This record gives sequence, C-alpha cells and structure tokens, in this order.
Amino acid sequence: MNSIILPLLVIVRLTILDAFRRRILWVLFILTVVVVGISGIGFERLVTLAREHGSSELVIQLGVSQMLIVVAFMFSFILAMTAAFIGAPAVAADIESGVLLAILARPIGRSTFLVGRWLGLALVAGSYALASGLLEILAMKLASGYAPPDPLGAAGAIALQAVLVLTLTVLFSTRLPSIAGGAITVVLFGMCWIAGVLGGLGTYLKADLLEQVAVASRFLFPTDGVWRAAIFALEPQVVIAVASDSGRTNAQLAANPFYASAGPSTAYLAWIAAWFVIVLGLAVLSFRRREL
Amino acid sequence: MTSATSSGLSSAPAIETHELSKRFGRTTVLAGLSMRVELGEVFGFLGPNGAGKTTSVKLLLGLTAATSGSGLVLGAPIGDRETRRRIGYLPELFRYQSWLRAREVLRLHTELARLPANRRTAEVDAALETVGLADRANDPVGTFSKGMQQRLGLGAALLGAPDLVFLDEPTSALDPVGRTEVRQIIRAARDRGVTIFLNSHLLSEVELVCDRVAVVNRGRVVASGTLDELLGEQAVVLRVSQLSAEGRARLEAFGTLETDPADPERITIRPIDPARIPEVVAAIVHAGGLVHAVAQGRETLEERFLELLGAAADPEGSAAAHRVTDDGGRR
Repeated sequence: MNSIILPLLVIVRLTILDAFRRRILWVLFILTVVVVGISGIGFERLVTLAREHGSSELVIQLGVSQMLIVVAFMFSFILAMTAAFIGAPAVAADIESGVLLAILARPIGRSTFLVGRWLGLALVAGSYALASGLLEILAMKLASGYAPPDPLGAAGAIALQAVLVLTLTVLFSTRLPSIAGGAITVVLFGMCWIAGVLGGLGTYLKADLLEQVAVASRFLFPTDGVWRAAIFALEPQVVIAVASDSGRTNAQLAANPFYASAGPSTAYLAWIAAWFVIVLGLAVLSFRRREL
Repeated sequence: MTSATSSGLSSAPAIETHELSKRFGRTTVLAGLSMRVELGEVFGFLGPNGAGKTTSVKLLLGLTAATSGSGLVLGAPIGDRETRRRIGYLPELFRYQSWLRAREVLRLHTELARLPANRRTAEVDAALETVGLADRANDPVGTFSKGMQQRLGLGAALLGAPDLVFLDEPTSALDPVGRTEVRQIIRAARDRGVTIFLNSHLLSEVELVCDRVAVVNRGRVVASGTLDELLGEQAVVLRVSQLSAEGRARLEAFGTLETDPADPERITIRPIDPARIPEVVAAIVHAGGLVHAVAQGRETLEERFLELLGAAADPEGSAAAHRVTDDGGRR
C-alpha cells in the first residue's frame, strides 16, 4: 500500500508546490481581492442609492440576491477558465519537457502519477474556488447586509464546477498539447451552459429536442447542472415563493437561466460522483497507453 | 555467446534481452534487440542518430512497452516496479521543473525512489558534491545552463547507490572539462560496483570508459564485444627498406606479416604485444634492413564504427560486421 500512497503524496505535494512557486495562486489571490473589493464597493453604492430613493428592504434584498447570482455566474466562468488552464498542462507539460521520463523511471505507476496530479490540482482549484466564493459572499453581506440562504452550498457548487472542468482537462492533457486541451474544455464548458439555457427555452416552448440536448449535456459534462445547484443555493426562498405564486408554470420559470427552483437530486449527485470515476478512469487508461 | 560469458563472468546478467522489438504504427524502431550486459561493467551502446538507442533504454526501463520479445533487468521482468528502486536513469535532453531548486529536485528523486528518510539529506548532499553543484544547491533549476541540468540529472541518476544506471547521452551538453569530469564520475561508480549502460554517439567517450560495447543500427545490434574484440588486435606498421627475404622470414616469429604489393616497403605485423616492438626493430637492423618509420596501432573506434554501419547498410557486401558479432548481432 505504501508503494502507492507515498508516491501519490509526493506528486500531490509537488503539484501544489508547483502552483505556489509558479505564482499562479498569488496572482489569483491578488486578482480575487481586487474583484471582491470592487464588487463590494459597487454593491455598497447601489444599496445606498436605493435606500436614498426610498426602496423597501425587501426589494433591495431581492435586487442584491439576483445581482449576486449574475456575479456568481461570471465568477464561475472565470474559475472554470482558470481550472482549465491549470489542468491543461497537468501531464502534457511534463511530457513536452521530458521530465516525466525521469519521474516514471522511478518506482511509481503511471496511474499513481496521474491521480496525484489530479488530486493536487483539484485541491488547489477547489479550495481556491471555495475560498474566493465565500469571500465574495462575505463582501456582499458586509456591503448590503444580505446573505444568500446557503453560502457554503453555493461556493461548494462553484468549486465543484471548477473541479469538473479541471478533471476533463486532465483527461485531454494525456493526449493533447496544453493549449489545445485547455481551449477545448473552455469551449465545451460554454457550450454546455448554452445548452442549459436553450434547454430552458425548449421547456418553455415545448421543443423536445432542445430539452433533450440540455439533459444530455448535463450528463456528459455536468457543469451546467452544478451551476443550477449554485443558483438554488443563492436563491432566496422569497424569490422562489414569489415566482411560484406569479402564475407562471415551471416550464416558463425554467426559461430563465439565472433561476432554479430546486437543488440537485441525490441521483444527479451520484451521477456526478460516477462521472469523476469514469473520466479519471479514461484519463488513466489513456495515459497508460500513451507513448512517451 | 557473448565474450563476457565465455570469459567466465557471473551468469546472472544486469540486463538480458531476447528479440525485443518496437514498432510505432508501420515504423519499426527496434527490429529485434538481443543482448546481455554483465553486472558491474560499463556497457556502451553505440549507434547513429535514429538507430533506436533511446527507444531501447525506454524499453528496458518499462517506459514504453515492447511490441514483441522479452527481457530481464536485474533478474526481474522488464518494467518491474520494485526493481526500479535499484535503477538510476538520466534521460536525454530534458528540462527539470524550472521552479524547483537543485536540492529539491534531488530530494524529490530520493522520495520517489523511496530511500529511507534518514538517508535522504546525506544522499542529496553527496550527489550535489559528486556532480559539482554543491555551491548551486539552492538555486532554481531555471537558472541553470543545459550542462548544469545534465550534471543535476546525473546526480539524480546516481542517488541511493543504484545497482544499474542508464545514462542517455550524458555529456551531450557538456564542454570538454565537463566531459572529463563525467568520465571520472562514471569510472568511480563502476569502481563501486554499479553497472552502467551508456547510450552515446560520442565514440571517444565510449572508447575511454566502456568495458564492452554494442553497436546498434536500424534497430539491431550489428556487433558487440570488448573494445579489443571490436577493434581487432594490436599491430605494428613499419616502413622498411633493404630487408632480405631471410630477414622478412625472421619477422614472422613476432606475428603474421601483411605486406601491400603496391607498397612493398610497408610491413604490418599482427597480432603483436606492443612491448616487443623494439625487438622487431632490432631484428630488422640485425638482418641488414633500414627502418624508416614505426607506428603502433589498430583501427580507431570511429573507423570500425563506420565500417560496421557500412556493412549493415550492405549486409552481403562485407563480412566485416560478423567479425566480432555475438549471437545478437547475427540474428
């Protein structure tokens, strides 16, 4: 067992050290602080202006909650891009530099190396996403007094989305050059989001094909499904209650890409767990067959 | 039967392969590699670019899978993970993670090789000292020249007293001083009992450090043996005039005489113990001959190498390739 766990931990530590040494995390940290600071100031100004104009607290809170969802969406997109570009060189860069030969000549299996790389990167991307998401929510709370119903759930979903993106890039990294793998994953991420939006419209318009595309995309690459979970965690109960009482059908509500009336089902969460196993398994198979 | 085996060395070799082959699609990189490397020797693996040298090393390390054939490395099947703890490897042309410090690179390799934790620091210090990087131990590898990276790689390959070390073109980025130092490092490792598999196209380097060599071309071993076997016996070439037939006959006591009808004054005697050359000269003078020039010599490795490659390119045109081949060469 030690012959697997110890090398695995060595690669995890090397990967995390890599992220720190190459200043990726520091740059991200500084950018995050800047973005959170600016958005916090923006929210504070908006809320102050709204109060000066005599808006009620309920209206202000509803406005802030919806803006937070839009900000979270932009945040999740940036995090997904970051995860793609962190994950894309995971294996490809070591193959290109030739250093992988020196590492794999040691008593370490290819699968151990790959899983170690993935685990290290997932810890970096996941914890960064979680921390920066919570920081943004905290800034919002300080600026406006509003906090979403499930801050941890929302930040967790955004972090999960980043790790999903990362995992797919690690799979591509076993075969494709870094830039190609990163770019393809970002495109797929965007396409799945669009498929989710079109699926909502499909439900509204009763267009089965669009709905099926959205369902399929949420299974093949569950980032959009996880994004829906993030929205639900950010959506105040009052919005869901108002929307339900507005006389609109669920189909009509589903057309709004920034609205979710329910969290992910247990079955869907189980599928996401299975998706990780499948994609990582494919990555291991692909890497083991790769000529170095 | 290899010369080493026939001379009675250990019957448990460091490396033994049988018809290892590797194809990438339709391209055959190795056509059937059969060879034997004895424990404790410095084995030179010579060949032109594209001959399959690096692929052979990758196969022996289990870094790539053979299309067919089999082999044992340190008594275990090729690629055996636990056996890799006893093997060091310096790949050809690679760059370590630029953000790691030299000491950290070596530390990483002591961990990957699973050396005991209490030996790691001492091993790293010793390796840095051996390859002359002790004063740069805490510098990022990104600031190193290619030659320094190669030294660091050599240090990593020698960590933890391995039984077998593969060096793939270990001096390709080094200056003449660096090459001399690497030769000394290789000799010191051999003196400690380490088996060294030296992949190189630098013939002088091989000639200076290797106990045995194999010449590989187009994925096959075309010749192998000790340098003496490969390069033929020692000879002396003389330029002599006014030597009688009787005097000429007396010289046959020293070795076989070869004369060139087009240049009758040039006489080659082989094989000959170089210590007997003054006796040869004395015998010629005694017989009334005049000695104009004396040269001790044999083929250089370069001449032999080019001859072998030429023969491999035209297998029916020359028997030279088979003069010193082993079983592997003839298959």
